Amino acid sequence: MRIPCPFCGSRDSQEFSFLGQAGLKRPDPNAPDAQKQFHDYVHIRDNKAGVTKELWLHANGCRSWITVTRNTLTHEITGSEFASPLTKEAAQ
Amino acid sequence: MSQSHRLAKGGLIDRSKPLSFTFDGKTYKGYAGDTLASALLANDVQLVARSFKYHRPRGILTAGSEEPNALVGLRAGARHEPNVRATVAELYDGLIAQSQNRWPSLAFDLGAVNSLLSPFFAAGFYYKTFMWPASFWEKVYEPLIRRAAGLGKPPVGDDPDIYEKAFAHCDLLVIGAGSAGLAAALAAARSGARVILADEGPMLGGRLLSDKRIIGNQSGLDWVKATEAELVSLPNVRIMPRTTIFGVYDHGVYGALERVNDHVATPPAHEPRQRAYRIYAKRAVLAAGAIERPHVFGNNDRPGVMLGSAMRTYINRYAVVPTKRVAIFTSSDEGYATAHDLIAAGASVQAIIDTRADATISAAHDIPHFKGAKILRTLGNKQVQSVEIELADGSTRILDCDGVAMSNGWNPAVHLTCHQGGRPVWDDKINAFLPGNLPAGLSVAGAAQGHFGLKDTLADGFRLGASAVDDLGFKAPAIAMPDTDPESLAHTPLWRVKTSKGKCFVDFQHDVTDTDIELANREGFRSVEHMKRYTTLGMATDQGKTSNISGLAILGEASGRSMAEVGTTIFRPPYTPVALGALAGHHVHKGFRPTRLTPSHQWAEEQGAVFMETGLWLRAQYFPKTKNESWLDAMIREVEITRSKVGVCDVSTLGKIDLQGKDVGTFLDRVYTGTFSTLPVGKVRYGLMMREDGFVQDDGTTARLSENRWLMTTTTAGAGKVMAHLEFCHQVLWPELDIAFTSVTEQWAQYSIAGPHARDVLKKLVDARHDISNEAFPYMACGAITICNGIPARLFRISFSGELAYEIGVPNRYGDALIRAIMKAGEEFGITPYGLEALSTMRIEKGHVAGGELNGQTTPRDLGLIKMVSQKKDCIGKHMSERPAMLYPDRPIFVGLKPKNPKSKLTGGAHFLDKGAKPSLENDLGHMMSVAYSPMLKSWIGLGIVKRGRERIGDTIRAVDFVRGTEFEVEICDPVFFDPQGERLRG
Repeated sequence: MRIPCPFCGSRDSQEFSFLGQAGLKRPDPNAPDAQKQFHDYVHIRDNKAGVTKELWLHANGCRSWITVTRNTLTHEITGSEFASPLTKEAAQ
Repeated sequence: MSQSHRLAKGGLIDRSKPLSFTFDGKTYKGYAGDTLASALLANDVQLVARSFKYHRPRGILTAGSEEPNALVGLRAGARHEPNVRATVAELYDGLIAQSQNRWPSLAFDLGAVNSLLSPFFAAGFYYKTFMWPASFWEKVYEPLIRRAAGLGKPPVGDDPDIYEKAFAHCDLLVIGAGSAGLAAALAAARSGARVILADEGPMLGGRLLSDKRIIGNQSGLDWVKATEAELVSLPNVRIMPRTTIFGVYDHGVYGALERVNDHVATPPAHEPRQRAYRIYAKRAVLAAGAIERPHVFGNNDRPGVMLGSAMRTYINRYAVVPTKRVAIFTSSDEGYATAHDLIAAGASVQAIIDTRADATISAAHDIPHFKGAKILRTLGNKQVQSVEIELADGSTRILDCDGVAMSNGWNPAVHLTCHQGGRPVWDDKINAFLPGNLPAGLSVAGAAQGHFGLKDTLADGFRLGASAVDDLGFKAPAIAMPDTDPESLAHTPLWRVKTSKGKCFVDFQHDVTDTDIELANREGFRSVEHMKRYTTLGMATDQGKTSNISGLAILGEASGRSMAEVGTTIFRPPYTPVALGALAGHHVHKGFRPTRLTPSHQWAEEQGAVFMETGLWLRAQYFPKTKNESWLDAMIREVEITRSKVGVCDVSTLGKIDLQGKDVGTFLDRVYTGTFSTLPVGKVRYGLMMREDGFVQDDGTTARLSENRWLMTTTTAGAGKVMAHLEFCHQVLWPELDIAFTSVTEQWAQYSIAGPHARDVLKKLVDARHDISNEAFPYMACGAITICNGIPARLFRISFSGELAYEIGVPNRYGDALIRAIMKAGEEFGITPYGLEALSTMRIEKGHVAGGELNGQTTPRDLGLIKMVSQKKDCIGKHMSERPAMLYPDRPIFVGLKPKNPKSKLTGGAHFLDKGAKPSLENDLGHMMSVAYSPMLKSWIGLGIVKRGRERIGDTIRAVDFVRGTEFEVEICDPVFFDPQGERLRG
């Protein structure tokens, strides 16, 4: 499997480590139902069959956390970007 | 009689290089260019193996990697390799091979009694027969069956050879160097694209090595040579013979195994035996060819029965006539080509038995020719002596012969097209499965696509090789299609001879017969996937390359379904077996787990330290004073000296992270349970780090070196994880924070100097302008200093041992010098180095948590560290650590444990039970996490978690260890065993 790193280019997946679903927003710790929100944030995942966005760390590379768009049915990877919006901006 | 079946001339063998080899201890001769199979056949060795289940005599069925029968053990001793297919094992001088799965000998195998019991060995036999009693399976049945049925034996001893991993990149990978593959490679190569051409065999050419053909105005062989010569001359082409593409992976990654030195007895010095490649290819053309199908008829497994195409390979490529009086059993016009080649080689064709009543091709040379006829069975013992045939009119007769050549059409080698989930599709016109949906970037040329004729394979190759690289922006020049000699490929397969007598084998390697498949169908295993698993058809090491399709056809017939309805199982990597050693490559032993050495390693070695592995690090465990000093005695001595005088320990392995930026304080507030933003410059604070799920993941100290520069330490084992976690927190959660950080673990050597004389030792090292008195440099102070006349250093007054202690860090290159300097400076105070045992004992005496407690299952509350969690702010894991279940009063909590008898050697992992309570989950009170012998208390002590432990201080419970068989009464106590007020470290 190959993963396109926005900084390093196309690299073997062995250089990366996988975390999971991307795009989760850490809840507001002061919300009245914060504990419930944190439970969902930590444990509840879409587990979608199809196109997903997931977080990978280019651990043996530039050490960027990146968001990879991958189809879990075909393993097709259609894109990747820096997880940090600031790095993304700087790169453009 | 030497090489009685070798032709006087011809073939692609090198007669100037005679080779000697042994099979089952007997010496034979062959030539360079032979395989073990061709050399055995040249010597008329027909019986080469015993079958898996019934121990039936087996010969050589094929001439390629699809061979199910002729599995042998190659080489001896540690280099022994079981289950090698004799048909692909290249002969070398001194080759040693043994037959397998027989006792006492290949010719006389007692296991053959299984054949008489065959009614009991049908499909599903194991499931039905060895059901009861259940306990017998492991103890009686399985060992018995394992001995009786099976393949070769594994080698004894470590493999002395080396294996490599390698990587290759190309625009186009061509898989298979037969006519289609060579054509594809040539067309693509002429465009300038980077081409890799891989073939499992040692020579390029595929079937052109086995059949005498004409291409253009030259022989097929000359065309191969000319094409190869051009490819070799091009710098953009890499030819990889002896290389099997065994798997197709995502995104154009291909697994390849190069057998670098399998064709010699032992690899030359420093060369690997095999090399496993990852080939990154933008496009690929699969030109893997096709595999001829056997017929399913009575005793079709007897030595002498061979595929027709294989027989032609032995004659034309190896100059060997496998058997000299051959009955041709064919459902295809190709059987006639086999007859032609046999006669040309001087053999006798006893008859052509064509299953097609309407065959239009005629037999040459006055060969007896039976249309609409079948072979019912072979007769003989360890080789075919005759066959019983049934003619079109139903009459039968016995035909004398010593071999049978079967031709029943071809199965395209679609295997690699399945590796990404592609499902082959049945084609009624060619009576075979064709590639279904293909892996991205892969196209299929020639026989693998069901285009069997030479003209078609060449045309496919030229076209697909060119279009693959054109797709990438190259411009492949057009190639004129050469003419080829005519050939006749008409065939109508006969899936089995229903009127057969005797066992009709479908899967030769797993001894699956046609009646096994019928039985599976009768018992309801009608899906191909169920039938496959119930009968084990196609589940042997050959993955059913010669058997699957016949099996599916018989299942279809038995269940009244067409081939398209039955469908097929799919193939998975590897295409042919791959040794695990090749996949591991050099990642074995220390290559798999490299050793990290501490800065003081060389010095510690000089002191005679005993080392232990902690993660990848090699750390000093203890420093024995004499050869005979035990670890316990050495530890006690090191602790006593450290606590009474002074000791030094290398703590460089702790993770160190340099954080900079104006928002570091805010960041640390969020990742640590405590507050750090208020930490003054020049101070250190202990921090506890949770995961977001509320469990503690790590602890350590963080020092504020200046307004915007901080240094965090992590546990040795947690360093990598913490770094990735912090990067996640920064890049994903809070990218707006103005911080940057990097690991400096390897950049700093760090020593802990502990004990009442720690400051006295340090004073001798620290340059005079720095005041390190208790007032100027109190407990938890830190700062940048210089030592030994200007060497930059960092000093931290922190203590893991509970003593007056400092950690001093210097750039790594000074690490060795510093330990020597510390030891020298400490000499007058009686300094001792101490190892991990003493370090661990002292922290247990102080009740400090470490690896055993930070096991990913404990919250700050569990560890008695709830005061470390600031209630004024949020942090990672805070909410989750406060879930009701985490606060449940019965949740075990951190305490100390003292045995009633100080000599009771406590054990980590022991579970706690109340006195008289039965060992059960409900009665479990918790478990022991760390233990040590305390030189201060003169007693074994432990740390652990106990249900309501804080409320039960003073109670006596039992520590029960079923693994080590110990049980002790222990008293629950405060986890701080020594100096509970912490007076020593502030001194």
